[in-house]
Amino acid sequence: MNTKVTIAGVEFKNPVMEGSGTFGSGEEYSAFVDLNKLGAVVTKGVANVPWPGNPTPRIAETYSGMLNAIGLQNPGIDVFIQRDIPFLKQFDTRIVVNVCGKTTEDYLEVVERLADTPVDMLEINISCPNVKEGGIAFGQDPKAVEAITKAVKSKAKQPVVMKLSPNVTDIKVMAKAAQAGGADAISLINTITGMKIDIERQCFALANKTGGLSGPAIKPVAVRMVYEAAHAVDIPVIGMGGIRTADDAIEFILAGATAVAVGTANFMNPYTTVEVADGIEAYMRRHGVEDINDLIGLVK
Amino acid sequence: MSAKMMTVSVNSQKKLADGVYSMWLSVGTMADEARPGQFISVYSSDSSRLLPRPISICEVDTEFRALRIVYRVVGEGTKEFSKLRAGQKVRIMGPLGNGFYMKDKKAVLVAGGIGIPPMLELAKQLDCEKTIVVGYRDSETFLSGELEQYGDVVIATEDGSVGTAGNVLDAIRENNVEGDVIYSCGPTPMLKAIKAYAEEKGIECQVSLEEKMACGIGACLACVCKSKEKDAHTNVHNKRICKDGPVFYAEEVEL
Repeated sequence: MNTKVTIAGVEFKNPVMEGSGTFGSGEEYSAFVDLNKLGAVVTKGVANVPWPGNPTPRIAETYSGMLNAIGLQNPGIDVFIQRDIPFLKQFDTRIVVNVCGKTTEDYLEVVERLADTPVDMLEINISCPNVKEGGIAFGQDPKAVEAITKAVKSKAKQPVVMKLSPNVTDIKVMAKAAQAGGADAISLINTITGMKIDIERQCFALANKTGGLSGPAIKPVAVRMVYEAAHAVDIPVIGMGGIRTADDAIEFILAGATAVAVGTANFMNPYTTVEVADGIEAYMRRHGVEDINDLIGLVK
Repeated sequence: MSAKMMTVSVNSQKKLADGVYSMWLSVGTMADEARPGQFISVYSSDSSRLLPRPISICEVDTEFRALRIVYRVVGEGTKEFSKLRAGQKVRIMGPLGNGFYMKDKKAVLVAGGIGIPPMLELAKQLDCEKTIVVGYRDSETFLSGELEQYGDVVIATEDGSVGTAGNVLDAIRENNVEGDVIYSCGPTPMLKAIKAYAEEKGIECQVSLEEKMACGIGACLACVCKSKEKDAHTNVHNKRICKDGPVFYAEEVEL
């Protein structure tokens, strides 16, 4: 039985990763799961300099989901290279580094710093506000998506995955823009912007007022967008959004995802990633599937 | 020492006051590792409630390998926990966080409301002279009788029905409570006042903080507090309450 998948020439032992920001750089979760069993560890977004993030409360639970406005708190690329990459190199798994920035120059600085490090792939978070364009997220303007993709590709030494925002009218347009900019793959969906109000205190549940909705509540939206994006482009798609079980992961793969990421479900159960990887194999046995690649995009 | 996730049995459940419950859990080896001031994550059996509820450890019974939590019902998750009966199962992770740094110095334990439970195990384990100052809204002074087994208890109530009318600081002043180290847990305004009081008196002070949490193990960065110095892990002026706390030396954090 083959569970290996390949994205932009990088082979993953299985299609299971975790969603950036839900897993740190793997250290805390390594007390619960064997990182060697994951296709990849996708690290929390890192910027050129340390970011302090947003005020608290940063999260709020919602029906089958949660809102977060962490604000991409991160220690900056220097500490990340010095501490987190050597930690992850101890394991037999791929390292995908998620990159965030406020300007194109911020992204490029991180990408260049990572050029000579042993990371396997870069995932570019374009849901961040572009401060030079009045704060509209890079990922909400197809011209900006294409431009940032092109700029990153011109400097990157590793394959580039563009992580798309679902907060757009037509995800296909954004997927095509990433492909036009030279992206090696796309990943989606990032969180869906939401809001929660505490009616007893009559205030916002999050200090930031709005936050990103994640968890099982968003899964049908994510499956639909992965399906649409996968049919719009020729590059591989990494699917995520509310995956909690192997059945959820299979749904994304059938919709067209080459790999999948487990995000918020890590908070419900720290063993989720490995349980999903094991469950995919059980599904393949049950359905007599010899090669996971035969399932990708099977439902048209 | 490391945190474990386990499905455990409920030994007993008892209502202590309006909306306040006490639950003993049979936790096996987790009881050997638990220290005062640490907490456990308690998971809902309803998967529409994704996030675990962080609840402080009130008592540890190493002989019977059990943990006690005393918690307030504040929403659907804690309401579900309050309905668990002996023999039923619940999923937990723990012990989490660092707990109090126990010193061999004359101690003052100061707690308010649902910050009181961790003081019980702390009072039990601190082998020194101690005064326990506890603040309540009204005459439902849960755990105060049990705390009396381990030290002098001074009570403050907001409505003046028991002890000093006012807050814990009013009770400290009215009763001339003195000590060389303060261990505290309660609402942030109370901790802020205690921190200022300890600074004024020039005595050591530890504060146990709370914040909305998701992972409970230091990965997601939801539950941070402002730190005075740049934190070695986060590389910014933020510390993780779940992992680096919940107990901090008062001077380390900005409240």
